[in-house]
Amino acid sequence: MAKINFVDHTGETRTVEVEEGATVMEAAIRNAVPGIEAECGGACACATCHVYVDEAWREKTGSPTPMEEDMLDFGFDVRPNSRLSCQIKVTEELDGLVVTVPERQA
Amino acid sequence: MSEAIKTDVLIVGAGPCGLFAVFELGLLDIKVHLVDILDKVGGQCAELYPEKPIYDIPGIPMITGQGLTESLMEQIKPFNPQFHLNEMVESVEKIGDPGFRVTTDGGKVFECTVLVVAAGGGSFQPKRPPVPGVEAYEGKSVHYAVRKMEDFRGKDILIVGGGDSALDWTLNLNPICKSMTLVHRRDEFRGAPHSVEQMRQLVASGKLDLKIGQITELQGADGQLEGATIKLNDNSIAQIKCDAMLPFFGLTMKLGPVANWGLQLENNLIPVDTGTFETNVPGIFAIGDINTYPGKLKLILSGFHEGALMAQKAVKYVYPEKRVVFQYTTSSTNLQKKLGVN
Repeated sequence: MAKINFVDHTGETRTVEVEEGATVMEAAIRNAVPGIEAECGGACACATCHVYVDEAWREKTGSPTPMEEDMLDFGFDVRPNSRLSCQIKVTEELDGLVVTVPERQA
Repeated sequence: MSEAIKTDVLIVGAGPCGLFAVFELGLLDIKVHLVDILDKVGGQCAELYPEKPIYDIPGIPMITGQGLTESLMEQIKPFNPQFHLNEMVESVEKIGDPGFRVTTDGGKVFECTVLVVAAGGGSFQPKRPPVPGVEAYEGKSVHYAVRKMEDFRGKDILIVGGGDSALDWTLNLNPICKSMTLVHRRDEFRGAPHSVEQMRQLVASGKLDLKIGQITELQGADGQLEGATIKLNDNSIAQIKCDAMLPFFGLTMKLGPVANWGLQLENNLIPVDTGTFETNVPGIFAIGDINTYPGKLKLILSGFHEGALMAQKAVKYVYPEKRVVFQYTTSSTNLQKKLGVN
């Protein structure tokens, strides 16, 4: 199991546990983390599971694929550390990951 | 008010569940009209993931969203469903027992015995761009679609986005505008390569000002836009003049007017009886992603099952006198005739 920390736009942190192999989006949805909508259910087709990856974790989470970049065009307030959380697979290495949820998804 | 279109059943939503419901109702001789806010059938399958594979349709190891939509259209063809696209159902009024008068935003009026809500995640609506205060300009100088090109003649137009809609309107409106700025968050475009190339030519010939960055502020008064501030990706600030803005940030799903139809709601979903998929209002059913019940799974296959059970109850309202004998398409010559295969 890995711990994932979701910081909301007010700065409050919610820590949830998820098994390796699941996505960060699934970790949020299963634990009802507010602010992650995931309208399309993880198909990289909607940009409503947008998060900002904490600077310290950017290298470990990697960069978005071209398909993900395309979807990020639809995101709200996209920044250089923006990712779609359905495209981040949880590995042992990501135990303790910190992501911030934007003020709104759409 | 236009003359009412009379139908046994009106289905709100032409996604996979709405389409398959036509089949199940059709086998019971029930005529169907469907209304959808999109300009095409298929719902999320067609709008969100037309090219992406679906692996959990029983008996079909892999099919794309578009492929499933096309197969369903072929399957329901014998029942001649009538589609009303680009229309959003606004109001539902009870006129019978059961019986409903249903009005769309386009002014169409339907009178149906049974209403089936198969609206998925709600109605697809344009996403609002992440610009503070944009609401104040909507409808007057900020538009999410081009209804009449002439409205944009001689204007200073600001277009935002990097997909086909943004590029197509950049190319189409450029010849009639006074000036045009295209803003996108990165210097890569999702649109068709040919459109991207034409857009680049406009930039090269000085007819289009391309800015890579994000809009941070709008200026104007009383709904009339006058200018916009753009934060460029090198962190410098650009100020442009514009009196019309067209943002293309894709679509999002909002429950929309469904909330006002007198149906009980739980977390924006419609609770149903799992024997019939009827809502708290007799004669109004809800199938697919929009309903909720203990154990609900938002799967296309669940929506298909829900449509089949809904039809068995709907037929009692449409043909109250008729005794319905359950039949199989494999063995019933009667059903095969309806399908046009015998």
